[in-house]
Amino acid sequence: MSLAQPSHTQGHAAPHTAAGENWAGWLHGWTTTVDHKRIGIMYVLMSLVFLVIGGCEAMLMRWQLAMPNNDVLGPEAFNQLFTMHGTTMVFFVGMPILIGAGNYLVPLMIGARDMAFPRMNAFGFWITLFGGLVVYFSFATGGAPAIGWFAYAPLTEHTFARSAATDFWAVGLIISGIGTITAAVNFIATILGMRARGMTLGRLPFFVWTMLWTAVQMLIAIPPLTAALVMILLDRQLNAHFFDVSNGGSAYLWQHLFWFFGHPEVYILILPVFGIISEVIPVFSRKVLFGYEFMAAATMAIVFISLGVWAHHMFCVGMNRTLDLYFAAASLLVSIPTGIKFFNWLATMYGGRIRFASPMLFAYGFLSMFLIGGLTGIMLAAAPFDFQLSDSYFVVGHFHWVLIGGTLFGTIAGIYYWYPKVAGRMMSERLAKWHFWLLYIGFMLTFGPMHISGMLGMPRRIYTYGPETGWTLWNQLATLGAVVQAPSYLIFIYNLVVSLKKGKPAGDNPWDAWTLEWSTTSPPSSYNFEETPTVHSRRPLWDLQHPDDPDWLYE
Amino acid sequence: MSAGTSIYPTPPPVVAERNLSAPQWGMISFLISEVAFFTTLIVAYVAFMGQDTVGPTPSEALSLPLVIGTTICLLSSSVVVHAAQRALERGNQGLFCLLWFGTIVLGIAFLAGTAYEWRELIFDKGLTISRNLFGTTFYTLVGFHALHVTGGVTAMLVVLLLALRRKVTHENQTGPELVAWYWHFVDGVWIVVFCVVYLTAVGGGG
Repeated sequence: MSLAQPSHTQGHAAPHTAAGENWAGWLHGWTTTVDHKRIGIMYVLMSLVFLVIGGCEAMLMRWQLAMPNNDVLGPEAFNQLFTMHGTTMVFFVGMPILIGAGNYLVPLMIGARDMAFPRMNAFGFWITLFGGLVVYFSFATGGAPAIGWFAYAPLTEHTFARSAATDFWAVGLIISGIGTITAAVNFIATILGMRARGMTLGRLPFFVWTMLWTAVQMLIAIPPLTAALVMILLDRQLNAHFFDVSNGGSAYLWQHLFWFFGHPEVYILILPVFGIISEVIPVFSRKVLFGYEFMAAATMAIVFISLGVWAHHMFCVGMNRTLDLYFAAASLLVSIPTGIKFFNWLATMYGGRIRFASPMLFAYGFLSMFLIGGLTGIMLAAAPFDFQLSDSYFVVGHFHWVLIGGTLFGTIAGIYYWYPKVAGRMMSERLAKWHFWLLYIGFMLTFGPMHISGMLGMPRRIYTYGPETGWTLWNQLATLGAVVQAPSYLIFIYNLVVSLKKGKPAGDNPWDAWTLEWSTTSPPSSYNFEETPTVHSRRPLWDLQHPDDPDWLYE
Repeated sequence: MSAGTSIYPTPPPVVAERNLSAPQWGMISFLISEVAFFTTLIVAYVAFMGQDTVGPTPSEALSLPLVIGTTICLLSSSVVVHAAQRALERGNQGLFCLLWFGTIVLGIAFLAGTAYEWRELIFDKGLTISRNLFGTTFYTLVGFHALHVTGGVTAMLVVLLLALRRKVTHENQTGPELVAWYWHFVDGVWIVVFCVVYLTAVGGGG
C-alpha cells in the first residue's frame, strides 16, 4: 500500500518551484516533477509541438500536390514526409495529448491526490518524448524512413531500406511504446485502486470510464506492435527472416501484426474523446448524461469488437472469402455501439438549455464531422466497396475526417473546457470562434475533395500526377483548405499563450459543472484536495449545491 | 450549505469497497500487456512452423531431456516461491529468506540450462537466428522468455536484499507478493512455450 499512497504530510507546505525563482530553478522544477498535473501539461505541450511539426510536413505535401507534375519536393522527400507525418500524428500527437489530458484530469476527477505511480508517470512522459526524438533523429542518417506509417514489409527489409533511418524509426516507436504501457498501467491502477470514498465504478465521471478502457486497449494493442518492431530490428540487424520472403518469411504476417495494433489504435485515439464529449455536452446542455449505463456498456463493446476487426485494412491482400466476410461484418458491428453513443449525446442535448460557449461549439464540430467520418467508415468496411477504393485518396479523406473531425475537434473542445481549471483563467471566446470557423471550413475544404479525387482513382502516397488525370482541381481545393486551416492553429496557440496572463480569472467552477475537478481551486494546488472528498452520486457538485434535491435520490 | 439539518435528505452511509490495491492492479495490468507480447511471438512461431527452406528442423535440433530438467526447475520454483510467501505471512523472516533464495537458485539453474542448450544448438547443430525461420522464431521466443526470467531473478535479488535488511517484512509484503505474481506468469508462459515448441518437435511437427 505504501507504494500507492502519496504522502499526506506534504500538505500545505508543499514546496513550490514556480514563478519568482530563477530560470534554472523553474526548469529544474518542471524536469524533476512527479506531479500528475505538471506531467499532464508537459504531455499536452509536447503533443502541440509535434502537431506543429506534423502540420508543417502536411503543408509541404500539399504544396507539392498543388500543381500537376510539380517538383518542389521530389519523390524521395515526399515519401519521407508522409511517413513522418503519419508516425508523428499518431504516436506523438494523438496518443500523448490524450494521455496528457487523462494524466491531468483522472486523479482530480476521482478525488485522488496523484496517479498511483508518480515516478513511473514521469518516466512514461520522458521516455515518450525521447522516443519521438529518436524517430526524428532518423533525419540525421541522411533522410527519414520512406516506408509509410504502417511500414509494410518488405519495404522495411535491409534490401529496400539501406540507411539506419528505419532502425531509428523502429527503436523510437518501441521506446515510446514502453511509455504508453507505463501510462496505461498507471491509469488502470489509479482508476481502480485510488478512487475517493463512495466513488464506485458506476459513479465514475464518463471521461474516467473511457480512459480506463483506453488503457485496457493500450495494454492489448501496443505490445504486439512492440513485438513486430523487434522482429523488424532482428531482421535488419541479425539477419533473421520474419518478413524475408526469400527465406520463407512472410510480408503478410507483418500486415496482420501491424493492423492488430493499428485498428485498436484508432479507438485509443477516439475513446477518450468520446469521454471528453460526454463531459462537455451535459454541462453545456444543463442535463445529466443520457443513458450513462448504455454509454458505459457501449464503450466496452467498442473495445472488444475493435480487437477483432483489424484485417478490414487488408481486403486487397487477397484473403479468402470467409475472412473477408467475417472482417466486413465485424467492422460493421462497431457502428452499433458508436450509434448508441451518438443518439445518447443527441438525447442529452434534446430539451436542454444549451450554452454556446467554445467547448460546446467544438463539441458540435465533433458531432457533425465524426458522423460523416463514421459513415465513410461504414462504406469502407464493406469489402466490395473497399476493393475499389482501398489505398486511394478516399481512404485518406476518411481517416482524416475521423482523426481531425473526431479526435482533434473533441480534444480541442476538452482544452477549451478544462483550460480555466489548468490556467486559472478563461480563454478568449472571440478568438475561439475564429479558431473554430477557420478550422471547420478549412478542414472540410482540405479533406472533402480527397473523397472525390479518390473516387476518380487517385492513389494515396503518389508524389505527383499528370494534368490529364482530372485530379488537379480537387488537389488545389485541398491545398487551399490547408492554407485556410493553418492560421486557425496559430490563433489557437496565440489564445493559449495570451490567456495565460490576460484571460479573465476563472474561479473554481466557471462552467457550473458537476465533477470533482471543479470543486478545487483553479489551478489546483499540488495536493489537489485539502480533504479527499466523499461522493454519493455521479454529480457530487450538484449534490453539494442542491442538498434538498441530490442526485443520489434518483440514481 | 450547513449540513446536519433535518430538512435535507441524508445520504446513505458510504460502504468501503472490497478492492485490490493500486500496486496489485498495476501488476495485473502489466501482466496483461506481457500476455499480449508473448502471444504475438507465439503466433509468429506457430505461423512459421514447417515453413523452413533449410534445416535443421525442430525435431532435428531440440532435445527433450535437458528441457524437461529446466522445466522442472522453473515449475518447482513457483511452488517454492509460494511457500516463501506463506512463511512471510506467518512472520517467519528466516524461512522466507531461505525459500526466496531457493527460488532464485532454481531460476538461475533454468537460465544455465538454457545457456547450455543454446551452446549446443549453435555450435553442434549449427542453428543460429539467421540460419532459418525456425532459428529466427525459436531464439526470439525462447530468448525473450529467458530475458523475462532474468528480469524476475533480478527483481527477486532486490527483494532478498531488502528482506535481509528487514525492509521487507511481515508488515510489508507488497514487494514479494507482486514479484511472485510476475514469477508465476513467467512460469505460465514457459508451460505454453514448452508445449508449442518442444512437445510439437517431439511429435514430429515442423
